[in-house]
Amino acid sequence: MSAISPMSSAPETDAGKSVGAAKLAEYARTKARRKRSERLIRSVLFLAACVSVFTTVGIVYVLLKESIAFFQAVPLWTFLTDTQWTPLFSDARFGIMVLLSGTITSSLVALLVAIPLGTIIAIYLSEFAGHKTRETLKPILELLSGVPTIIYGYFALLFVTPMLQRLFPELPSFNILSAGLVMGIMIIPYVSSLSEDAMRAVPMSLREGSYAMGGTRLQTALNVVFPAALSGIASAYILGISRAVGETMILAVAAGMQPNLTFNPMEPAATVTAYIVQVALGDLPHGSVGYQTIFAAGLTLMVITLCFNLAGHWLRRRFREVY
Amino acid sequence: MATPGKAHEIRAIIRRHKRWDLIFGLMGLASLSVAILTLLALFTDMALSGIPRLDADFFTSFPSRRAGQAGILSAWVGSVLVMLVTAFVAVPVGIAGAIYLEEYAPKNWFTDLIEINITNLAGVPSIIYGLLALGLFVYTFGLGQSILTAGLTLALLILPIVITTTREALRSIPQHVREGAYACGASQWQVVHDHLLPYSTPGILTGVIIGLSRAIGETAPIITIGALTFIAFLPPVPLSGDPAAGLFDWLFSPFTVMPIQIFNWTSRPDTSFQQNAAAASFVLIFMTLGMNAIAIWLRYRLRKNIKW
Repeated sequence: MSAISPMSSAPETDAGKSVGAAKLAEYARTKARRKRSERLIRSVLFLAACVSVFTTVGIVYVLLKESIAFFQAVPLWTFLTDTQWTPLFSDARFGIMVLLSGTITSSLVALLVAIPLGTIIAIYLSEFAGHKTRETLKPILELLSGVPTIIYGYFALLFVTPMLQRLFPELPSFNILSAGLVMGIMIIPYVSSLSEDAMRAVPMSLREGSYAMGGTRLQTALNVVFPAALSGIASAYILGISRAVGETMILAVAAGMQPNLTFNPMEPAATVTAYIVQVALGDLPHGSVGYQTIFAAGLTLMVITLCFNLAGHWLRRRFREVY
Repeated sequence: MATPGKAHEIRAIIRRHKRWDLIFGLMGLASLSVAILTLLALFTDMALSGIPRLDADFFTSFPSRRAGQAGILSAWVGSVLVMLVTAFVAVPVGIAGAIYLEEYAPKNWFTDLIEINITNLAGVPSIIYGLLALGLFVYTFGLGQSILTAGLTLALLILPIVITTTREALRSIPQHVREGAYACGASQWQVVHDHLLPYSTPGILTGVIIGLSRAIGETAPIITIGALTFIAFLPPVPLSGDPAAGLFDWLFSPFTVMPIQIFNWTSRPDTSFQQNAAAASFVLIFMTLGMNAIAIWLRYRLRKNIKW
């Protein structure tokens, strides 16, 4: 022990003392250098983590800056209540309801597909399917959300619409219905995989209790597991909703881009997102009211999705079951 | 005790309940097959109309007004270059951010703020990132409608994915690895650099690939920054041409990418252009699904080889 401890075992000579002191000073210098570089690395990492905050600040800044300029030209009340959306005509009218009706209708169609199918798939995979089936089917299902949305747009316009036209001959070639249906299929994995995770997190003992009372698989799934996992399932639904509201390319390609105040899925209509694409495809001078409209539309979209995201966050916190 | 009649009744109830189990199982399979059949229909439709157009010329020609001669050269080169920029930005920033949040961050309100922020950013529609890029990169920073702008935009878009998967990979490393290294006198960065990063590489790689495969298919943000759709030239190759192009000139070049080329061809009424769109979609889907397959394979390897 004493052999490796220079402080106590070094001979008590001046030379020995100074060698020991020099060594100590060197250790101190190394330590200080190490501390400095550690601090530097730490601040670089911190800056990288802050990039996400800068992104949010940037988004809010850009959207607000252009929208404030827009709302000086167009009063907020007119924006919310007008029933015409013709920002690029000489008789410009700015009623966001026209675009929102397209967004709402298409999202409803998509959710009518995604929520029932996604929930059934989640219950099936979590409670009914065996381990092997689940492990094979899940990756295939997740491929659905990996396909680029522009390809879904192509599919909706050139495959689903002609097919639907055989059922409904009067269906126009641009319509919300086919875009919404395809969007719904695309959203299924978002709904099903999160819901399934929530259901699988329900402890086995709850299921065993139900089986012991004579419950069948279906009764256990619907009356025990589903309610216990409700907060996770609800947040999966909300994720699906905010995907549907923010989806762009399927609608821009397959639902047409003319503004149309309608809640009828058999008609063509522009959504908030499709309008932004339409304007961006043209050549609007930077700083014109037309240019500012896309930021006002973007702000509307951002507010809606933010509300849903916060609601999902709150649901997860509020109704989390602790086992 | 129970009379034979009662037993009979109970058996009937059990049978009924079992039948419902079976019915629900079939419903589950039916729902799954709706999803999977759609995927199959999508593939078949694209393959049938697209594959006849897929030849070497399709990859080496520029878009053209004549559908039969049009190709995707500028589109796939653009996609590859934009992905380079995206990866170059998103990978280091994402990994560094994740390391900070997982290993360094103190528990305080600011860390909470960053975490909530990342969760929220993951839910922001991609077109909003396009507006951010239009207002900030294109007009405020004056980067123009260039490869650099597109790459940065997509990097911000996939940052939450990279950060989240990297954090998960770091979190799955047991605490005793860190403690062992600290006990040998390692500094915090030495622990991260020599131990945590090598062990979490497969997980991080999976996240990066999934992020990039999402970025390569993104259309909306790139349309929003106003990228041109008809590009019949390639970005300048560094140190070539006359006068010689600078090392980084390609970053500021106008460009097009695969999804925009598909969008352009799909929205034309002419069916021969729609065939081109199918062929280009086929190539794009091959790229994204290929990347996804690599990610799934990596995840599988990762689960198999590492046992703590």
